[in-house]
Order: sequence, then structure tokens, then C-alpha cells
Amino acid sequence: MRNAFIRGLTALAERDRRVVLLTGDLGFKIFDDFAARFPRRFFNAGVAEANMMSVAGGLALGGLRPFAYSIVPFATLRCLEQIRNDICYQEAAATVVGVGGGYSYGPNGATHHALEDIAIMRCLPNMTVVCPGDPVEAELAALAAGTHAGPLYLRLGRAGDEVVHTSPPPFSIGRALVLSEGSDCALIATGGILPVAVAAAEQLAREGISCRLVSMHTVKPLDEVLLRRCAAEFGVLFTIEEHGLIGGFGSAVGEWLAASGVRCRLRSFGTRDGFAHLCGDQKYFRQLQGLTAEHIARQVLEALKDCA
Amino acid sequence: MTGVDSIRARTRAIRGRIVRMAHAGRTPHVASALSCADVLAALYFGALRIDPSTPEDEERDRFILSKGHGCMALYATLAERGFFPEEVLEEYARDGGRLAEHPSPRCVPGLDAATGSLGHGLSLGAGLALAAKIQEQSFRVFVLLSDAECAEGSVWEAALFAGSRGLDNLVAIVDFNKWSAMGRTGSYLEPLADKWKAFGWSCTEIDGHDADALGATFARVPFEPSRPAVIIAHTIKGKGVSFMENNLEWHYRPPNDNDLKQALEEIEGRES
Repeated sequence: MRNAFIRGLTALAERDRRVVLLTGDLGFKIFDDFAARFPRRFFNAGVAEANMMSVAGGLALGGLRPFAYSIVPFATLRCLEQIRNDICYQEAAATVVGVGGGYSYGPNGATHHALEDIAIMRCLPNMTVVCPGDPVEAELAALAAGTHAGPLYLRLGRAGDEVVHTSPPPFSIGRALVLSEGSDCALIATGGILPVAVAAAEQLAREGISCRLVSMHTVKPLDEVLLRRCAAEFGVLFTIEEHGLIGGFGSAVGEWLAASGVRCRLRSFGTRDGFAHLCGDQKYFRQLQGLTAEHIARQVLEALKDCA
Repeated sequence: MTGVDSIRARTRAIRGRIVRMAHAGRTPHVASALSCADVLAALYFGALRIDPSTPEDEERDRFILSKGHGCMALYATLAERGFFPEEVLEEYARDGGRLAEHPSPRCVPGLDAATGSLGHGLSLGAGLALAAKIQEQSFRVFVLLSDAECAEGSVWEAALFAGSRGLDNLVAIVDFNKWSAMGRTGSYLEPLADKWKAFGWSCTEIDGHDADALGATFARVPFEPSRPAVIIAHTIKGKGVSFMENNLEWHYRPPNDNDLKQALEEIEGRES
């Protein structure tokens, strides 16, 4: 997703002279083309994320459209108060870009795992939270971020993320993408776990279950219209995210459900509370957390039996 | 009155407003506001290229009060400079009022950036200064920090960023009153000037209550080409009210009726 993001950002910078890219000393080589084309609008801000986020706030107050890039925990947690006060509070049109959603940096250890960022970013006032589901969405999200009026958090995967969309979908912040209509239940995914949701839907299809497959790339604000439609039609929602179950996408949908008055069951797939102490890659940790097509399909089948 | 005498008169008016606000709002930090009143008067009645009738002018100089708790001084100065009517100051620390104990963004005309958590303002200012460079604009950015604030690591991240990029349109002023919220700052801050110089800044030290020195110093920024400037302004916390000077009580205590009366006698009765 990061290459797709930078492709989108380069196209954006081509037509909008206000676009500025800051990196916290990460992204070796991937920004070379951007830096060569826009040398006055590319800055390695160094390993100093707190300063970088406030600088992004200042650039936005000065009329520019900064994007500040680092690995998720460093782009969100290290500098949380800077994002809160200097971007969100000031209503600065700055985009915080986190690379490495979920277990994308699995082998790097728990310091690099990104399982709390959605929860924390979405509780910040004025913040919009966007988690593209594949490289195609990531490129479109970069373009969309460029015209977004306020603070935005863009949560990317890493490199080599599977492509889901065979053609560019009509991407719009706050509007979920329905990949297949389905008639039995709704699988609603956010972020880089989308290909797993696609595979789960395929398995369920073989079991005779027709899924409405949704990429809800925008976690804040939620696409409430689509959620309401799914809840009314199916009476059960399944959310899927590579993120902790406390405060993440599933929690957001649960909060909406509780407040909406809609009668509907909710089953959320995400990661359990806890740090990883053993090493492993993204696939290993997804397996460990039950974030596999097989596990999700089985759980959905059982839940649907309970509903019947 | 000459220019400097006029600024001194303005500063007295600002100090009078500060103690009235702290009294009416029953708020702390009166001594922090008094500490920086001369610096703010020198900026708003001298150095800053601003026009209260066009507070959103893109080419205006920017000011960020990184020591947000000193905002009574900023509110009073903005009112004195004519950015909004004096009555607005009555909204300070009142339920539903616009003027909080730390400023919210664009709460009144002339107030650009919200502050309140220490260690943010210099980075914000560096971002604004960089925006001016990128867009080839001529505005300058002035950031006022407290001395105790310089213990925040992010101040030095910002110092490194601005120093290494030669942001000569950025000016930091340290209100060096030698007090933190719990005691003296000197032991852990000194040598303060050497630290800034080591981070690539041009540094000068002045008496932060001397209107002549402040005016002359602001007139010669940047001190060197391609370097941000820092002015270490030696100040007295609580300056202008004898019983508040160098007395940490007044970091916390709101003035009562009697304190207000005495303070105003000292501020407004004093001719200089």
C-alpha cells in the first residue's frame, strides 16, 4: 500500500502546489521520485515525530496541505498530544500517515505492531480515520485526503498487500464500498485485512452462504446509511479488522448500533488484548488471532445457525 | 510621549488589565502573565507587522504564545492593540466566554494558535515559518516560550529542526524568569544560551523588561542570515507588582479585592 499511497500523493502534488510531505526518517527510496520532483515540498523531519506533527500543524495553518509519514506507533502514539492539540484542535488540514497497520511489521516485534491506533485516532475530535483495504484504495485515499477539509489519519498496510479491486472503485471518504451485494449476511472489513474477508466470503459461498462484502475504509465517520441497511436486511453484522477489539472498528460499529435503536446482532473479529512476546510474521499473527478466512467463515456459519 | 514612552504606557495598561482579569476570573498564573507583558508590548506595538483591521492577512507576522498559561497578557495586549473591544476581556474565565485560561484557536481576532500544553509552540512556529519559505512569503513567526518549558524534549526537537534548516524567519523569545511551577529553573537549564547556539541558533540575552533593549533587539532579527534567532529575555516573575515579584504563590493565587487595589496602585500610580 505504501507505494500506491506515494503514487497517489505524487499525482496529487502534481496538481496541488500546497501538498507537502514530511517523513520521520522512514521510507528509504520510496520517496526518491517525489523528492526529485518536488524538492521544496519534501522534508525528512528526522526521528522526531512530536516535532514533525506540530510542524505539520503549522504548515497547515500557513495554508499548505502537509502529509506526515511514519510507522503507525511512531506516527500516532509517540506524538499523540501533538496530533490532538496542533492538528485536531487547530482544525488543521493535515494528514497523519501511518504505515504498517496491524501486524504488517510482525517480525519487528510488538513495538512496531499497530493494534491500538484506530481506537486512539478515532476518539480525537475533528479527526477522520481512513483505513484503505488494498493498494487501489490506498492510492485513491491519498488523492481524497488532498481535498479533505480537516485533520485525517490514513492507516496503510505495508508493501506487497494483495490487490482486491480489479478496477478503481468510486472512492469517497465516509462512503463504504460494497464489493458484492449478497443476501444472507454482511461481512464488513476495514483496512489491510480486506483480502482475508474476501477469502472468507468465498469459503462461505461454497457453504451456500451469500455474503454482502463491504470495505468500510472510513472508520470515522462510519457509513451509517450502509450499516443501517445491512442491519435491517440481515439482523446480524460481522466486522473484521487487524486491530484490537477494544475501541477499534468493531467497537465503533457497536457504539453506533447501541445508539441507533436498530435491533441487530454484532460479531467482531479483531485481536485480543495483549502484547506479542514471540516472533512471527503477519500471517503467523493473523493465524494466532483467528484472523484467517477459515476461522472467520466457521465462526460466521455458527453465528448464523444461532440466529436461525 | 516618544515611541518607547508610549510603549511603556501601553505596558502599564496591559499589566493593569492582567491583574483585573485574574481578580475577576479568580484564576492563577497572574505572575506568569506579568512576566512577559513588556515582551508582548514590544512585539505588538513595535516589531510585529500586523494590522488589527486585517487580522487574517496572509502576509501578517505570526505570534504564538507557547507558554499558553500566560494568556492574560496576550488577551490584554490584543485588546490594547485594538483587535477587539476591551469588553471582550470580561469574558475571561467566565462560563460561556471566549477567553479560556489557555487560548483556544481563533477564539478572538488576532489569536492564531491554541496553546496550553508546553513544548508545542516552537514546532508549530517552525511549521509556519517553513510554510512562509515554501510559499516565498515574507512573514515572520515569533514564539514566546517559558524557561521551565525548555525542559520539554519537543522544544529541542523543534530547535534542531529550525536550526538545521536555517529558518531565519523564526524568532523564539524565552521568558527567562528563573521559575518553574515548583521552584527555580536555573539549576537544570543553564547554560541556556549555549544550548540554543549548539542547535544552530543565533542567540542574544537582554533585560526582558527594558523597552529600549527589546525594541532594538527585535529590530535586528534575524541576527545572522540563515539562522533562526532566540532572545533570552531575563525577566522577573510577577514584574510590576512588588508583592508578586519572585513569589511563587502568585503562580497559583488569584488576587483578592485588597491585592487588586494594591497592585493597581503600584502599576497605574507609577510613572516612568
